[in-house]
Amino acid sequence: MTEPVNQKRRNFLVAATGVVGAVGATFVAVPFVSSWKPSEKAQAAGAPVDVDVSALAEGQMLTVEWRGKPVWVVRRPQASVDALVGVRDNLRDPDSAESLQPDFAKNEYRSLKPEYLVMVGICTHLGCAPLYKPNAGAISADWQGGFFCPCHGSRFDMAGRVYKAVPAPTNLEVPPYRFLSETMVRIGENEQGVA
Amino acid sequence: MSEQKPVDSASNGRLLAWIDERFPLTQVWNEHVAQYYAPKNFNFFYFFGALALLVLVNQLVTGIWLTMSYKPDAQEAFNSVEYIMRDVEWGWLIRYMHSTGASAFFVVIYFHMFRGIMYGSYQKPRELVWIIGMLIFLVLMAEAFMGYLLPWGQMSYWGAQVIISLFGAIPVIGEAMATWIRGDFVISDVTLNRFFALHVIALPLVLVLLVYLHIVALHKVGSNNPDGIDIKKNKNELGLPKDGIPFHPYYSVKDMFGAAVFMFFFAAVIFFWPEGGGFFLEAPNFEPADPMKTPEHIAPVWYFTPFYAILRAVPDKLLGVIAMGMAIMFLFVLPWLDRCKVRSIRYRGWQFKANLSLFVVSFFVLGYLGTQAPTPFLTLLSQIFTFTYFAFFVILWLTSPMEKTKPLPERVTG
Repeated sequence: MTEPVNQKRRNFLVAATGVVGAVGATFVAVPFVSSWKPSEKAQAAGAPVDVDVSALAEGQMLTVEWRGKPVWVVRRPQASVDALVGVRDNLRDPDSAESLQPDFAKNEYRSLKPEYLVMVGICTHLGCAPLYKPNAGAISADWQGGFFCPCHGSRFDMAGRVYKAVPAPTNLEVPPYRFLSETMVRIGENEQGVA
Repeated sequence: MSEQKPVDSASNGRLLAWIDERFPLTQVWNEHVAQYYAPKNFNFFYFFGALALLVLVNQLVTGIWLTMSYKPDAQEAFNSVEYIMRDVEWGWLIRYMHSTGASAFFVVIYFHMFRGIMYGSYQKPRELVWIIGMLIFLVLMAEAFMGYLLPWGQMSYWGAQVIISLFGAIPVIGEAMATWIRGDFVISDVTLNRFFALHVIALPLVLVLLVYLHIVALHKVGSNNPDGIDIKKNKNELGLPKDGIPFHPYYSVKDMFGAAVFMFFFAAVIFFWPEGGGFFLEAPNFEPADPMKTPEHIAPVWYFTPFYAILRAVPDKLLGVIAMGMAIMFLFVLPWLDRCKVRSIRYRGWQFKANLSLFVVSFFVLGYLGTQAPTPFLTLLSQIFTFTYFAFFVILWLTSPMEKTKPLPERVTG
C-alpha cells in the first residue's frame, strides 16, 4: 500500500521546478542571443572616427575613412551657405525628402552647423567618388560650386544636393556625427549614440 | 481502420516479424500509407502536396552537395559559386537544380495553398493542418531569403540590405535589431557566415520537423477533397469510408505519375531556362557584391514580389512593413475568417467565387508590380491592388455566413 498522493505538494513541486528551469533557460539564452551582436572586431572596424577640424581653412575639405567609406568634412564660407537657397529650383530633392541623412541634417544646408558639411563621398548613382569643385565656373559657365562626379556627370550643390537631369537619383548621404568640441567632430555617432 | 485485409500475410517473412516486435514498422506503414484512406475524387490540385515533398528532397540533396564546394566567406563566396559552375564535375547541374528548385518550391507551394483556399481545406477540423502549413511557408521564405545572400552577388547583397533595413523601421529598437541580425553595422562577412549556418542547418531542421507535424495533423483528421464533404460519414460494414481508397497503391502510383510529369517540366527549365529570364536568377547577381555600388533597380526574386509590392505601396516605411506582415498574418487566421458551413467552391455562393477570383488577380498583379521600378502610376496601381488583396479577407468574413450555397451531395462526385 502506497501513501496517498499529496496533490498540493506535487503541484507546488512541479511549479517550482518549472520556474527554476525557465530562469535557467533564460540565463542560457543570454550567450546565444548576445553572440549575434557585432564582435569586438566588427565594433573596432565600425567604431566612430574623431576628426580635428581646427586646421581646416575656409573653403577647404578633408577626407577620413569611416566603415570603409570616404567621409568628407568641408568648411564652407558663409557666402556658399547663403548661396544655397538660390539653386533650389534646379535641384531634384531640395528638401532631402528622398535622401539619406540623420534628422538633424534634413535642412537647407544639410548639416548640424551651417559652416561644416559632413558627407559620405560616394556618388548615389554608381558609387564613384565625386570631385570637390568649390569655385564658380569650374565645370561649366553656369557652375555655382559644389561636387561633380567625373564618371557620369552627376552634379551636386555645396550641400550635396543633386541637380535635376543628372543620373544620380538622390542627394549625397550624410552620416551620423556630432561635435565633441568646437573643432572636434565624431563621425558615426549622433547625440543619441552609435548609429 | 485496422486488420480488415490480410495485407501482412506469411510472405512478410521472419525479418519483418523480428522488427515488428521491436519497432512498429508494419503498424506505421499501415496507418500512414497502406491503410490511410483518402477520398477517391482527388484531382489535379492534389498533386502538389506530394510534389512539395519531392522538391524538398531535391533541395536537401543538392544543398548538401553544394556545401561541399561552397565557401561561406565574403572574399571567396562569389568565386566558389563560379568554381561550382565551371570546374566542379556536374556542379552546374547541381547548382541549377538547387537555384531553380527554390522557384519550383514556391510554384508548388502556391498551388498547394490555392487548393486549400479553393476547397476550404483549412476549415474545421483542419485548422491546425493549415496553420502548420503556414508556418512551413514562413520558414520557407526565410530559408529562400537567406539562401539568396550566399552567392554574394550584387542582388544578394542589396536585396539583403533592403530587407534587413526593414527592421530599422520598428520604433526604438529597430536599428539595434538590424545590427543584431547583421552582426555588423553593414552587411558583411559576419552576416554571410551566419546566414549560411541558418540556411544549411537551423532552418532545414525546422522545415523537416514542420513537414512531419503537417502530415501527422493531416492523417489525424483525414484529407479533404474537391467536394469538401466528409467521407467518414459514409462507411461500409467494415467501418471503412465508402468513398475512400488506400493511399498505397492508389495515390502513391498517381503521385508518381504526377512527379514524372513535374520532372519533365523541371528538367526542361534546368536545361534550357535556368535563369528563368531573370526571375529565378537575377542579372545583377552575376556581378560580385559591391557595397559601394547600388544596382540600378533592386527587386526581389519573383516569389516575394507580391509582398514587396504591398510594402512599397504604403508611403510610410513602418506602416509598409506592418502591411506586408499583415498580408501573411491574415492567411494564418483564414479558418476563422471564413464562416461558411460549406467548404468547397463547387457548392459555394457567387460571393466567394468572385472574391477568390479578385484575390488571385490581385496576387498576380502585385507580383508583377513588385518586379517593376516604381513610377507614380504603378504605385497607384499597387495601392489599388493592395486594397483588393486585403479586401478579400474582409469580404470573406462579411459574406461567408450569408452565402447562398448549393446542397451538398451525399457521396463524392467524379
